[in-house]
Amino acid sequence: MDKVKRHSSVIWLGGVALLVLLAYVSAMLTADAKPVVLWTDALVYLLLLAITGFVLYARGREHYRDPWRQVLRSRLGMASLVILLAYVLVGLLDSVHFRLPAQAQEQSQEQHYSADVLSVLDLVLGPMREQEEKTYSAPFATHLYAKETVEGEDGQKMRVYPRLQFGGAHLQNPDEDWAEDIGSLGMQGALWGIGCWLLLVSLVVVRLSQLWQKSFSAALKDVVFGKSDVAWHVIFLTMGILFVLIAMIAVYAPKYHVLGTDKVGQDVLYQAIKSIRTGLVIGTLTTLIMLPFAVMLGIMAGYFKGWVDDVIQYLYTTLNSIPGVLLIAAAVLMMQVYMSNHPELFETETHRADLRLFFLCVILGITSWTGLARLLRGEALKLREMEFVQAAEAFGVSKFKIIQRHIQPNVMHLVLIAVVLDFSGLVLAEAVLSYVGVGVDPSMHSWGNLINGARLEMAREPIVWWSLLAAFIFMFVLVLAANLFSDAVRDAFDPRIRKQ
Amino acid sequence: MLAYITRRILYAIPILLGVNLITFVLFFVVNSPDDMARMHLGEKRVTPEAVQQWKVEHGYDKPLLFNDDEVGLGVVTETIFYQNSEKLFTFEFGLSDAGRDIAQDIGERMWPSLAIALPTFIIGLLVNITFALLVAFFRGSYLDVSAVVLCVVLMSISGLFYIIGGQWLVGKMLHLVPISGYETGSDAFKFIILPVIIGVIGGIGSGTRWYRTIFLEEINRDYVRTARSKGLGENVVLFKHVLKNAMIPILTGAVVVLPLLFMGSLIVESFFGIPGLGSYTIDAINSQDFAIVRSMVFLGSVLYIIGLTLTDISYTLVDPRIRLG
Repeated sequence: MDKVKRHSSVIWLGGVALLVLLAYVSAMLTADAKPVVLWTDALVYLLLLAITGFVLYARGREHYRDPWRQVLRSRLGMASLVILLAYVLVGLLDSVHFRLPAQAQEQSQEQHYSADVLSVLDLVLGPMREQEEKTYSAPFATHLYAKETVEGEDGQKMRVYPRLQFGGAHLQNPDEDWAEDIGSLGMQGALWGIGCWLLLVSLVVVRLSQLWQKSFSAALKDVVFGKSDVAWHVIFLTMGILFVLIAMIAVYAPKYHVLGTDKVGQDVLYQAIKSIRTGLVIGTLTTLIMLPFAVMLGIMAGYFKGWVDDVIQYLYTTLNSIPGVLLIAAAVLMMQVYMSNHPELFETETHRADLRLFFLCVILGITSWTGLARLLRGEALKLREMEFVQAAEAFGVSKFKIIQRHIQPNVMHLVLIAVVLDFSGLVLAEAVLSYVGVGVDPSMHSWGNLINGARLEMAREPIVWWSLLAAFIFMFVLVLAANLFSDAVRDAFDPRIRKQ
Repeated sequence: MLAYITRRILYAIPILLGVNLITFVLFFVVNSPDDMARMHLGEKRVTPEAVQQWKVEHGYDKPLLFNDDEVGLGVVTETIFYQNSEKLFTFEFGLSDAGRDIAQDIGERMWPSLAIALPTFIIGLLVNITFALLVAFFRGSYLDVSAVVLCVVLMSISGLFYIIGGQWLVGKMLHLVPISGYETGSDAFKFIILPVIIGVIGGIGSGTRWYRTIFLEEINRDYVRTARSKGLGENVVLFKHVLKNAMIPILTGAVVVLPLLFMGSLIVESFFGIPGLGSYTIDAINSQDFAIVRSMVFLGSVLYIIGLTLTDISYTLVDPRIRLG
């Protein structure tokens, strides 16, 4: 059974990769577009490779597989994992960028490309991106938020709420048909979602019944009552909710603005979805950047002791004693000035915003590696006195080999726990930093920028609440899922908790 | 003890030097003083003479790290780095780039910051410990599980939403207190209460969860089992034995942040328009006032190191097993 399972995980990974690749290639071919690899894109791909490598490495080792099995059994852990994967999928789709050809000028031979860098996600969200209104409109609204002076048929000027260009434009008589239309579209979406979900569930259960060598109904029974090694019932339940929500949005999106529009008439839901990538990039790339330093320096300090320890301790005490926000603010400010002095370095606006995001990750990484390094130092101090390390030293194994073979594998669970725990904090930090004005580029979609823009609108009457709501929901769901998942991972990997 | 404190103070000097060097590199190497002068003078008035004059006025007219024109010690001392650092180490913050006395500004703005940060901290500590004790008392029950989940939910909400939500609810809906602003004297109370409440509520999630882990760790100790086997009731065990012993990690954890309370909170202060050190720093960041930001970084580092030293000392005070050597 294990062997089959092992193959199936590879097939899953391969399937997802193939899907993304296919979408990308087809987009390139149909639109004759020019692929663009941004800095953070490249790092996201690298991160994917690293995670795949880690999965392959951990798969054959029992001391990793056992805790992961516990994670797979945990109900909250699996529910949050499904949600996290949904976010990751959106983030990945948004990490494949290209530029469409510009409207061709006949004279020039050279192919020109539009300055807009798009991603596969933009194509998927097509109508949401393109259907821009004039200004604010409430969720599911058919009319603008503010009154405008319109010239009537008889030439008289009136103050009315004008109809939206796209939201509810298909309705002849919005006052009467609106509720009915919303209801029927919602039903339609829900049915689609449930249909797709049932199809997927039955396919997976068929596969499971083969694996478990049971009849379909017996396998279904096990799944429903949670009597399997993996908490399938929770996985399916979460997926069901996600499917229905996504299908409903997909049905509504071409006809309404599900979460309203902002000041310049852009769809708020589109902005919130685009922000997912920013949040994920900050949460993961920061860790990816700081991890090698934290692990290397932490272990070195603990293992070598003496002056190496002194130097490394000095380094992180110094960095730590600068108030974090101030260091980040100072670094971002300096980078901003540097970038505005060197505009020639950046091909498009997006490249500049992306580089700023990358630097923000680096800076956050510099300020956040100290905690992990200190933890690893303590652990390495303990490990170097253990018998197996002493024995290896007595046999004359080189110091490098000892670190690589004996110390590092014994601290990896700490690293894993730290990585997962840090993620949610970083996502939350992005919002705060953007508020202070030292976060991501103002032109980039991020929850922090969304909140920042919406905050000033709180004073309006009637209140413009939908941007805040959108940022709140998307952030809250991601951070909550990450917190719950990290709890499950910590419970499974921390030996102190496992014993109890 | 005295020898220990002296050693800690001596140890702080290289760290502060390092801090100073980092901020210096950030502010002067990435952006040359010429850039700064141009920014402060504005686009129109930029002439080489004006730039030079601005640099002389603010003491930025010397070389950055090494002065090749001087001989002997002057190579190091006649530089921007040395001149600025020397003043910082004697807590002479000098004038800000806008021409105000930084030390005086800090002295004035410290009090509003403290007025918000200290009550938030103390009330938050009491509330969190109370909740954590309650949860630990019912450990293993559904109350415990749901309380932990609730904590995680509260932790997952961005601090910005607590502030925005609180301002909207209390200030705009109920019209109980002003949304923002500050006054000195007894009027300050109505401006302070909302930020404090929001700060306490925002910290409940992570605080309660953290203290709960500390209590649960204590509850599994041997002395608790002994106390129980003597026939002591759960109340006595929890409040007399566990609480007292758990106070060691709680107190020492609290001491380290105590000095940093002076710095105030960037976000809370700027949302509520409180003229404290937090909003002072944000304003300085936005106007790119190098002198202020550098002073604040230095001050923050000093306070952090004081906090670390106080933590070590407080260990010996509350836990007689630990001796400082």
